[in-house]
This record gives sequence, C-alpha cells and structure tokens, in this order.
Amino acid sequence: MPKKRSTFLLSVLCFGMAFLYIPMFLLIVYSFNYSKIVSVWGGLSTRWYTSLFESEEIWSALMLSLKIAIVNATFATLLGTLAGLALARFRYFRGRTLFTGMISAPLVMPEVITGLSLLLLFITLGDLIGWPEKRGITTITIAHITFSLAYVAVIIESRLSGIGETLEEAALDLGAKPLRVMIDITLPLLAPGMLAGWLLAFTLSLDDLVIASFVSGPGSSTLPMLIYSRVKLGLKPDINALATMIILAVAIGVLIAGWILIRQQKQRQRDAQLAGTE
Amino acid sequence: MPSQERDAFLDRPWKDSTAEPFIRIEGVTKRFGAFTAVEAVSLDIYKGELFSLLGGSGCGKTTLLRMLAGFEEPTAGHIYIDGVDMIDVPAYARPVNMMFQSYALFPHMSVEDNVAYGLKRDGVSKAEISQRVADMLSMVELLELQKRKPHQLSGGQRQRVALARALVKRPKLLLLDEPLAALDKRLREQTQFELMNIQDQLGVTFIVVTHDQEEAMTLSTRIAVMDHGQIIQVGEPSEVYERPQTKDIANFIGTINMFDGEVMSSNDSFLLRCPKISKPLKLPSQAELNIGQQVTLAIRPEKIKMTLEDPHDSSQITLRGEVLEFAYMGNISIYRVKIEGEVVLQITIPNLDRMAERKIEWDDQVFISWHPENSLVLRD
Repeated sequence: MPKKRSTFLLSVLCFGMAFLYIPMFLLIVYSFNYSKIVSVWGGLSTRWYTSLFESEEIWSALMLSLKIAIVNATFATLLGTLAGLALARFRYFRGRTLFTGMISAPLVMPEVITGLSLLLLFITLGDLIGWPEKRGITTITIAHITFSLAYVAVIIESRLSGIGETLEEAALDLGAKPLRVMIDITLPLLAPGMLAGWLLAFTLSLDDLVIASFVSGPGSSTLPMLIYSRVKLGLKPDINALATMIILAVAIGVLIAGWILIRQQKQRQRDAQLAGTE
Repeated sequence: MPSQERDAFLDRPWKDSTAEPFIRIEGVTKRFGAFTAVEAVSLDIYKGELFSLLGGSGCGKTTLLRMLAGFEEPTAGHIYIDGVDMIDVPAYARPVNMMFQSYALFPHMSVEDNVAYGLKRDGVSKAEISQRVADMLSMVELLELQKRKPHQLSGGQRQRVALARALVKRPKLLLLDEPLAALDKRLREQTQFELMNIQDQLGVTFIVVTHDQEEAMTLSTRIAVMDHGQIIQVGEPSEVYERPQTKDIANFIGTINMFDGEVMSSNDSFLLRCPKISKPLKLPSQAELNIGQQVTLAIRPEKIKMTLEDPHDSSQITLRGEVLEFAYMGNISIYRVKIEGEVVLQITIPNLDRMAERKIEWDDQVFISWHPENSLVLRD
C-alpha cells in the first residue's frame, strides 16, 4: 500500500517540477539556437550572446534598471525601517491607525492605480512647480520607492516584534540613552531584516513593468519595459540569451544563499552542543 | 533606646519605627486605560533587604517592579530611592539595575561585552572595566567562558551572566524578575543559595518578583503578598506563613485545612460550631471574636498529629478519622484523612524513624489532634 501511494506522489511531484522548470530549460536551450525564428531549431550557436553583448540598447536598459533598483532599495530600506520602527515601537501617537493603514495600502493597491496616480502627480507637479521637468529615471525611482518602502516597513515591523522590547529595556536599564540603545542594540539586531528588506525592494524594482511604464519618459526604458516592447514587435532570440544570463545570475545567488544557510545551521548545532555539555 | 534592643533591630530595621527606609513607595497607582494594574501601593523597603513581591500572574507585581526600574510611569504616587524622588528620572539614569526574567542578554555580544556594557555607558576607564568585569565573572564562575556568545551557554550559565551584568555597576538596588523561573528544580535550589550569598556579600538591596511561594520563603527577609494590584500582607516569611491575614493568603502560601463555622462561647473560651463536625472545635485564645460571628478555623497540615490510639490529652482537639490515601515523599508522608464521614483533611507527618513498628496506612482508623493555639482564625 504505502509503495503505491509513493509512486503517485512521485509522479505528481515530477509533473509539478516539469511544469515549473521545462519552460526555463527550453529557454536556455533555445538561447543557443542558430535560427532567427525563436521557435525553430536551426543548430547550435552562440551568436545571440555575441549580439546581446553588442546591443547598446539592452545594455543601457539593464544598467538603468540596476541603477534604479539599487537607489530604490537603499532609500526604501531607510524610510521603511523608520516606518517599521514607528509602527512597532511607538505604542501611542495621534493618527496611529491612519498611519498603519497608509503604510500598508500600497501592498494591496493594484499596480495600475499606483502607476496612474503617480503619473498624474508628476504631471501636476511639473505644471505647478516645474519639477520634475521630464519623466525618466528620477520619476521611476520615486515611484518604486513609494511602493517598496511598504514592503520593507512590514518586514521591519515583524522583525522588531519578534525581537521584543526587553533587550532595549535592558540596555536602557544599564545606562544607555535612547539613541545609544538604537545604535548598539536595535540596529545590529535589525540588520538581517534590513538586508532582507533591501533585497526585496531591489527585486521588486527590477521586476516592475506596470508602474515604470506609467511614469517613465522617452529614452528611459527599463529592462522589463524593453523586453515587453520587443515581444510586441516580434521576439528576437537575443532576449533568450539575456534571460539565460539572468537565470544563471539568480541560480548563483540561490546557491550562495543556500551555502550560507547550511553553514549557519551547522554553527547553531555546534553552539547548542557547546551549551549542552556544560 | 537600650542597646540590646537596637541590636535586635539591626537585622530587622522594619521593626524599628525610627529606621529610615531606603526605598519608599508612596500611594503608587498604575492604570492601563480602564485596567488598574497597581492600586495605591505603599511600601517601605530597607537597605540590604531581600524583599519579595509574591503573587499570581496579573497581580501587578511585575508592573510595580517595572515602575521601580523606570520602564513604566506611575499614574499616581511617588517612588523614592535613597531619598530621591524617581518620578522624573529616566530608566537610564536610575541607580537601579534589573535582571530580566528572560535574562535579556544581548545576543550579538560576547559574555564579556554583555557584562561590560553598563560600565562602558558610564564612561568607566578601560582598565577598570576589564578589572571589574573579570572580578564579576569570576564571582559567578564564568571567567573561562567570557568569549562565548549567549546562545553558546546553558540556561544556568545565562542566568549567571545576567546577574553579573546587573551587579557589575554596583547598583543601589537590584530588581529581579522571576530570577529562577527558567531553571530546572535542582539548579533552582542551588542558585537560590548562591543569590543569597551574593546579596549578603555585596550588601545590595534586592527586590525579587516571584510567583513561587517556596522561593519567596527561602530567599526573603520580607514578603509582600499581592493580589489584584494591591498588597494584602507584608511580613517576614514566618509571619506570612504562620499568621496569614486572609483565607486567600493562607491558601496561596503553603497548604492549609479550613473549617467554616459559627463562634459560640463556653466558660472562658470560644468554640467553633462547624455544621459538618459533631463536636465544637476550640479556637485559639488570642483571637478577638464575637459570639455568632462566621469565621474559619485554619490549621496547617504539619501541625496536626496522627496516632492509632487515642492520645487522651484534654488540651488538644482530638477527632476520629479514616485514612483515605497517603503519599510517601521520602522526608515526609502526606495523608488525606476523612473526618466524620465528610470533611477531608491533609496531614503531613515527618518520617522520623526508619524502623517505625507500625506505619499508618490506607483504611486505618486514626486519631488526629492539634493544640488549639496552633490553629488560626481567618475571616474572609
């Protein structure tokens, strides 16, 4: 009986995995396709990689995306951390409920609405005070910060509630003034949460197509926007090569993260043994 | 005052009406919204005391402790430490340190850095810091582990680091929130005595919050029993145990047998007519009573004698009973004895003789007796 069930489970697992990974596998295979038509196999070649590295357009879009993602992640982490601190540590202040609602609103707001409203804001501002003069990298970055800081705030808040206030009280009790407590205790303990927030904000920004399309201007296409417009014009296989490179980068990142995790786990086991023996 | 009397007060300043309290809590109330956590508590604590706040969960003992530390502000009332009003003094400036229930060791710092943290904040010189930290760690016998991080320590070791960290600044007052709750029974007993030794050595005033009455009894010079935000009795452990003021205290501290009934008089003494027992029970002589009053006669299990033969002692109250069950605990045995078919009493008998010829067992018919002066009269 149990054997039969395990074959069933195994086949379900295989099907699920196949569904998830065969498309990516095909994409990688087709990136080495000689043929100009994406869906027809024309022999092995690396010509699309060469054309990818020579394509000015793709490189500038990638650089733009990375630049926006890094600036966005940094500012979102900064502002999101402050918001998370306010949510988790200031128990009573006027308008707390409103603030909580407003912080988490971007999480549930449809992206089209966020994008459209930001576009209207930028146009109005441009008319009223002459800034932003034109839409581009600045407006995209600002738009990304507005929604990704909400994610960071949520991460920081939950991390802070997890840490609890006792450690901060202990430092206060030992004579540290509130700012000192923040530097010595809160921030070091918050660092993993802030790193997670930064990475999430980075990914969200790199991934965003909808909001960026609303608030970008001529000549400032992010990578997702470029890929999407290429699809509309008819896919060229160099996009496959680009996607393969991205998959490779992500895979390396995941492997490194996994390796760090395993090392930490082993360290924890050793620590537990150390604590247990005495 | 004769010098002899003064000596008697040396260890017990609370008996001396002229002694100046070290900590004075005056009419302190704390409300959280509509909920009153601490209500009009006044308390004097003297230098060098090991004072316990005892009570069940939610009785307000921790809130009172947190107000002493400066983490909560009283809604009303004043707290004086060494004559200084603490109301406007923030937690970081108070001459008070606290040992937290969860120990609250900084997980990203080594044992050494944890203990040194408070001294660094005070701007003590580097040489002095390392000297004092080393002294403190050797006192709690953790000098070899000073480079470890908290998660590399066992529970007992963490507790000692927390104690060292709280004491290294030589506070005037040390607050301990359930200091032994997280330790297992064996370690708890050992640590109890260590705590008492350290307190004795350093002469620091300790205030301990605990829900464990045994812990409070062994540790403390005095105990304040709290319930619903109020202090219901303050006294030395023996006073609180032998002379509890209410039924709740009597029940909370140790075990006690109770008989409810009505006071009646006979010749020179008062008796209790208990509806469940055929013969009236003699009440202790010093109690102030009125005839017809409803009171409770209470007697601790260890103050009852149990014999197979009638003791024929007219100074004692003697009742007949039948052993329902008993538990052998090693040093003592606990018996449950049914009196006159209805009331069940608990009796503890020390196991004095290994060779006792006839042990009392299940279903034995026994005589139980106690001296009326060993019993208590309690009102609701």
